[in-house]
Amino acid sequence: MSSVAVIDYGMGNLHSISKALQYAEPDVNVLLTADADTILAADRVVFPGVGGIRDCIQALEKQQLTEVINDAVKNKPFLGICLGMQALLSSSEENEGIDCLNIIPGQVRCFSKDMIDSQGYKLKIPHMGWNEVTQEHSNHPLWQNIPQHSRFYFVHSYYVEPDDAQFSVATTCYPEPFSCVLKHNNIFAVQFHPEKSQTMGIQLLQNFLHWDGTN
Amino acid sequence: MSLAKRIIPCLDVDNGRVVKGVNFVNIRDAGDPVEIAKRYDREGADEITFLDITASSDNRATMVHVVEQVANSVFIPLTVGGGIRTLEDISRMLNAGADKIGINTAAVFTPEFVREAALRFGSQCIVVAIDAKKVSQPHEQDRWKIFTHGGRKETGLDAVLWAQKMVDLGAGEILLTSMDRDGTREGFDLPLTRAISDAVSVPVIASGGVGNLDHLVKGVTEGKADAVLAASIFHFGDYSIQQAKQCMANNDIVVRL
Repeated sequence: MSSVAVIDYGMGNLHSISKALQYAEPDVNVLLTADADTILAADRVVFPGVGGIRDCIQALEKQQLTEVINDAVKNKPFLGICLGMQALLSSSEENEGIDCLNIIPGQVRCFSKDMIDSQGYKLKIPHMGWNEVTQEHSNHPLWQNIPQHSRFYFVHSYYVEPDDAQFSVATTCYPEPFSCVLKHNNIFAVQFHPEKSQTMGIQLLQNFLHWDGTN
Repeated sequence: MSLAKRIIPCLDVDNGRVVKGVNFVNIRDAGDPVEIAKRYDREGADEITFLDITASSDNRATMVHVVEQVANSVFIPLTVGGGIRTLEDISRMLNAGADKIGINTAAVFTPEFVREAALRFGSQCIVVAIDAKKVSQPHEQDRWKIFTHGGRKETGLDAVLWAQKMVDLGAGEILLTSMDRDGTREGFDLPLTRAISDAVSVPVIASGGVGNLDHLVKGVTEGKADAVLAASIFHFGDYSIQQAKQCMANNDIVVRL
């Protein structure tokens, strides 16, 4: 039986992601854990998170998980979700500037205030709700059975801007396009919440649980 | 295309049973919140809100159980409100599988609770529920005040200023209910919805008074709501979520179809 470790470092509610992974693949052993050995022994790793980036990085350091994550991203399928995606970049504008894990070179930026969409609606922050995801490398295994422009559930006030556009494999508009999915070797990182994105979200998690980390 | 406006069915739950008339076909137990939530999910609801109206705190555990069961198979955002007073209450509901927590009365009596909750759990999961009622005379400029106890007690707080204060304290979203319209099926209080939506930076969910699909449309086009919540039009089977979305789409509102 293959296993997936969900890194539990105290940032937010991880029950949803664990339940969704189990639902996506009943035969997978889902481990909600902060234990380094368990994470490193798992076949796949999910790095979730909601909340502020400073608390996130501090929690990782306090629990000596930064090294574990740096190890895990080298050799096994790794899925970052929301704050777990943002933490992989070099730094974030949130909390007056925070150094992140620097696994994917790039910045985390704040949405600007007073944004208006094409229909004249004021755009609220957080960017909350179902938005369209435009796949740029739609032959990637994680997009299998997910139609182009499917909607996923987002809730965030900051977005990622990778240094190299090649890392970006999907975009969403709010109102300008931003990268909502990054890919780097065996890392796949999403800004939206697959565990809250109904059928398409479950499909993505199922694809991840079958992914060998290659393209 | 862009971010979709959300349609959120709301279930009023008393002692683990959905109240208000429910008239669904093909549902084994019409009063079972789990069955109804699953049906709404299948119909394409963007989120589901549970309002716990259980009077006795002894029975709150029932709600935890309901959320747990729904969260096992429904993978869209779940909001739980009603009787949330402590960080422990929030923690219990999040652990059961809720994604967002509605805080209402506790925010009025202890505004700091909103800040503490947002700091501990993140603004994204703190929804402040505001019950407002018009207090201005017909010839005056519109003014609304915050009411508690189902609209019976006035607090003296101005609704617009209160909404802004809640956002300053960390609310990630506002659930706005017009106590004048709630249960009337006459439509949202659109000037109220517009006033609050224009005044705050976070998303606003309009609630109270939906009687037909046109009301949902106006909540977005005139009220400028980011999401619309309704209970009875869906419970009574008057309209399906899918019909509601189609109607909004026909009026050029972006929805998740």
